[in-house]
Order: sequence, then structure tokens, then C-alpha cells
Amino acid sequence: MRVNPLFSFKWFSAGLIWFWLGLFVLVPLLMLLTASFLQRGETEFVKFAFTLENYQRIFNPIYLDVFWNSFYLAAMTTLFCLLLGYPFAFLLARVTGKYKHLLLLFVIIPFWTSSLIRTYAMVIILKTNGVMNSFLQWLGLIQEPIQLLYTPAAVVVGLVYSLLPFMVLPLYATIEKLDIRLIEAAKDLGARNVRIFWSIIIPLTMPGIIAGSMLVFLPALGMFYIPDLLGGAKALLIGNLIQNQFLSARDWPFGAAVSIILVLVMSLLLVLYYFSILRNSNNRDKVGL
Amino acid sequence: MNDLVIELKQVSKSFDGVAILKNIDLEIKKGEFLTLLGPSGCGKTTILRLLAGFETPSSGTVLINGEDMLQIEPEDRHINTVFQSYALFPHMSVFDNVAFGPKIRGVPKAEIATQVMDALRMVKLEHLADRKPAQLSGGQQQRVAIARAVVNKPLVLLLDEPLSALDYKLRKEMQIELKQLQRRLGITFIFVTHDQEEALSMSDRIAVMNAGKIEQLGTPKNIYESPNSLFVARFVGESNILVGEVIKVGDDCVEMRLENKIISLKNTKNFQVSQSVNLLLRPEDLHVYDEDEGIPPEPYLHGIIEEVIYKGTTVDLLIRLDSGKQIAATQFFNEDDPKLDFRMGERVFAGWLEGWEALLPSEAAENSAPVSP
Repeated sequence: MRVNPLFSFKWFSAGLIWFWLGLFVLVPLLMLLTASFLQRGETEFVKFAFTLENYQRIFNPIYLDVFWNSFYLAAMTTLFCLLLGYPFAFLLARVTGKYKHLLLLFVIIPFWTSSLIRTYAMVIILKTNGVMNSFLQWLGLIQEPIQLLYTPAAVVVGLVYSLLPFMVLPLYATIEKLDIRLIEAAKDLGARNVRIFWSIIIPLTMPGIIAGSMLVFLPALGMFYIPDLLGGAKALLIGNLIQNQFLSARDWPFGAAVSIILVLVMSLLLVLYYFSILRNSNNRDKVGL
Repeated sequence: MNDLVIELKQVSKSFDGVAILKNIDLEIKKGEFLTLLGPSGCGKTTILRLLAGFETPSSGTVLINGEDMLQIEPEDRHINTVFQSYALFPHMSVFDNVAFGPKIRGVPKAEIATQVMDALRMVKLEHLADRKPAQLSGGQQQRVAIARAVVNKPLVLLLDEPLSALDYKLRKEMQIELKQLQRRLGITFIFVTHDQEEALSMSDRIAVMNAGKIEQLGTPKNIYESPNSLFVARFVGESNILVGEVIKVGDDCVEMRLENKIISLKNTKNFQVSQSVNLLLRPEDLHVYDEDEGIPPEPYLHGIIEEVIYKGTTVDLLIRLDSGKQIAATQFFNEDDPKLDFRMGERVFAGWLEGWEALLPSEAAENSAPVSP
């Protein structure tokens, strides 16, 4: 029997992706899930004895604080990315000609270097005798160098810096699709700019706002090297907690339990995102535009 | 106080050095249904955008109710637009779309509901108030767009080819509905279209536009029966255009040589001897006679039937004149005239009542831009 070559190619490529996801995502996740219910071993990483203790430990106020802190910093990062990214994406979508490509290039350039190296650059800028302090002193705004590095603010600055492109690109995609004629229609009906922004532009670009926020918020929760380098020992976040449990404290079961909680939180957000997209696309289909 | 709601005075508009409108003068009376008719790119939509406030004139003045509009933003003009694409807000229900204008004007909440439902009832959509625009058909979306504009009781309603996306039958229905709506509301309508039939059937007056200028402004009857340029004649309806030369001018009459024949007609435009002229004849104004019916009264032309096209209510004939030129003639079925039986190859006379023709001086640019409506 002859097999349709297109058909077999489809199965081959889909199979390859499933194999890849299975081997490198599903299997590690199952291992993590298993480990989170096991005990810490004296000589081995894990002892094969069932326990719920790892999950109970998370409810210790110290760790709840870490969760709260992480959510707070990730939320702040998302907010600042949105505030900075929205006007920029709007400009990007409305500018025509050669400047558009130049501006798009600015968004993409950071991807050309490792974000770890860029974070070290932030250290140089923010440290006590760094670029920022020298600049502020030169301006005469401050007399003595101030503490910039190793503060929660430095962590947010670093996270915003690293994650901004992930906010700008989805925003740009939806704002570019925004029909300018709807804005004209709103003006025609007497709406001023503020109202047009809140009742037309924001609702219609909501899919981009949600997508961008997801793409910033989720990595911000788990990024451990930025809080490590810019926040010092003070800002312990979920990412750092997990990293510490696996690499320093050698408490794999607890690290696994924290990871599972993080995965669950992210999944919940993704499900919410999925439903918001579903609702939005129902509204927009078929409109004669 | 005068009754002009809109005055354009010497209005020009150019984009990147390209002139789109050239010295437009136009006055529109309160309660009038005025149509801007012309091919795409003639500047008709630009006039609407100038009135709505989305463009500012490069020179000239736009007055609305006697007030200069130069510094007035679109949101402050008492004018509403029905957009070609409808531009309904896709994230809002039909009700919220229509309520958008009243809400902004600060109409009390209870009153908004009454006004919106009244507007929706007017376009027969009150039962669909909760739907989203995406759940409506094209014709229904069109009606919402009209309700959304009319609910604000504008001084002037601008309609930018609002029927072009609808199918033929629905378009016919909406034409009648729009005309009735306009009469009932008494609002000034400015309607943009490239469809001459639509323009003729709906308007009080038509401004035929070409290349940034108003070629002719007049009632539909006036535009159709006495076009003042070849462009108007070609664009509005079908015309046979014959070229002739004046050979004699008498009191009140002019004699011309035309298609190997000498024809005498009324001298309406002060023609001079040896001037070149265009004779315009509408196909339905030509009456076709068999040769055996005898020679008809002047004026007439002589030729052979080349094609007979049966149209149901009419028969269209293509006649090859003795001079070689082809003309079209439309014959109506008539109970009193049983012999509407034309055969190809038959020799016939095509005559018309003197005065039903239009006679124009020939234009230098006559051959440059043939336009089909």
C-alpha cells in the first residue's frame, strides 16, 4: 500500500514535536510531581516515602511571603511594562515608512545579546559608584551616592528592561489591526480623546494587553538570576527559592513542591487567558470591516 | 437668517501636492437631499470628510449654519456620518452602539433608553438591541449605522456610499427607506455614491463630480435631460453621442451636417457657423420606424438594425447608421402598437421629437477620458 507522502510528513513532524514535548516537558514534570510527594534523603536526593509535608511547609509565613513578594514584583513589572510599552507600541503601529522598521529594530536588538550579560550591564549602571549615581551627582540632584542596586526597585527595573519587548510585540500586533475608522466614527459621534481611548481603543486592544501581560508576568515570576544579581540577598523570589532548594539546600522534594505550585498558578492564568481570547474572537468575527 | 445649512466657498484640497478638490462652490439648503455623484477618485468622499471635520481645506471656507468650521473639531460639529464600512464598534451591543452619542452628550439615562429604542424602531431593529454587530447581516449593520447617526438628531447627515456593500434587491429597498426617513426627519442628507441610478432616484439635487470639480449641479431631471457636458451625459445614463458641424445659423435655429445628413435644431447655446458640436440622444428618446411605415417627421437618422436585445419591458436595438456609426435605441412595448417586431438587417428610421436632444459644443478633451458609470 502506498502512503501519501504529504500525509506521512504531517505525522512525522507532528510526532516529532509530541516526542520532544513528551521527553523534555511531560516526563520532567511527572518526575517533579513525584518528587514533590517524597521525602528528603540523607545520602540520596530523595527518599521513596510518601509525604505531604513539602506542601504543608509552603504555608509557612516565610514562604508565603516569598510568594506574595514574587507576585507583587511581577505585577509591578507587568504594570510598568504596560505603561512604557503601550505608548511605544502605539507609536510603532501608527508610524509609517522607514522609521517603523528602525523602531521595530530597537525592540528586537536586545534579543541579540544574552539577557544575563544585559543584567550585568544593569549592575554597572546601578551600583554605588555606577553610571546612574555619577550622573545624578553631576546633575547636582544628590550629594552622596544613593543605594540603587540590591533594592526591590532595582529588581523591577531589571525585569522591566528584560521583558519589555514581550509586552511591546503583542501590543503592536493588536494596535496595528485597530481600525482607524472606528476612532473617526467615535469622534463623529462627539467623543473626545480621553473617552475614545477608554471606550474604544482600550477594549479593542485588550487581547494584546492580556497577551503582553501574560508574556511579562509569567517569566517575571520565575526569573531567578535578575533578582539574584540586582536584588542581592534581600529580594528572595519564587525563582530564587526553587533554585536554592535544588542547588544550595539540596532539598529536592521541597523545591519540586514549590515548582508544582508555580506551574499550577501559571496554568490557571493561561486558562483564563484562553477564555478571554475565545470571548474576544467571538465578538470580532464577521464584522464588516 | 438664511436657509442654507452648508456653504462651501472656493474650497480646494490637495494631498502631497496632488489637487483632489479644485475651487468647489456648493450651497446646500436645510432639509435637502443632495447627492455627490462621480467616479472613484473624483473627490466626493473628500467633500464629506471636510464637512465632517476629518480634513481641513487647503484653501477656501466651509460654513455650517453660517459658522466658519476651520477651527471646529469633528466632535464639536453637529453633523453625523454613516460610514461606508459602517464602522460599528464591534465590542458593543447594538444598543450601546446607538447609545454612544447620547451618552456623550450627557442625556439622562432613562431618556437614553427611550431615544435609542425609538431610533432602533425607526430602522426596524428594536428586537436585535442586545446583539453584537458581528451577529447581524450586512443590511442590519447598515441600519444600526443609520440609527447610531440619526439618534443624535444631526443638522446634517453624511452618507458615504452606505449602500454599496448590499446586494441589488436590498439596495433598492434601502433606497426607498432612506428617502422616506429623510422626508420624515427633515434632516439634510448629503449622500455620496458612484451609482447614477441611486442618485437619480433618491436626490432632490445632484452634484456630478469629475476630477475634483463639480461638473453640473441640478435636479435629477435637469441632470439627465440636459447634461451640460459630455462627461455628465456619459456618466449619468446611456447616451448616443454624434459629432457634427454647424453649417448655417438662422433666427433661433441651427443647421448642422451630421452623419451624412443635414439636421436643423433649436439654437440653445448660441452656436456659430463651422463650429463643431456634439448631439446627445438618449436611447429611450429614439423612436424606430420600419421603412414601410413611410418617412417619419424630421429629425431622424437612417440605418440598419444590427442587433435586437429583448429585455422584458423593453427591446434594445443597435442600429448601424448609413455613415457607419452605431447607435442604441430602446423601444417600449405598447399595447396600441402591436408591431414591435424588429428583425436584424431591417432598414429603419430612428427619429426623435425636436428638443429632446441635447446639443453641446464639442470639447477638446472629448476623447481623453471615456467613462463608464
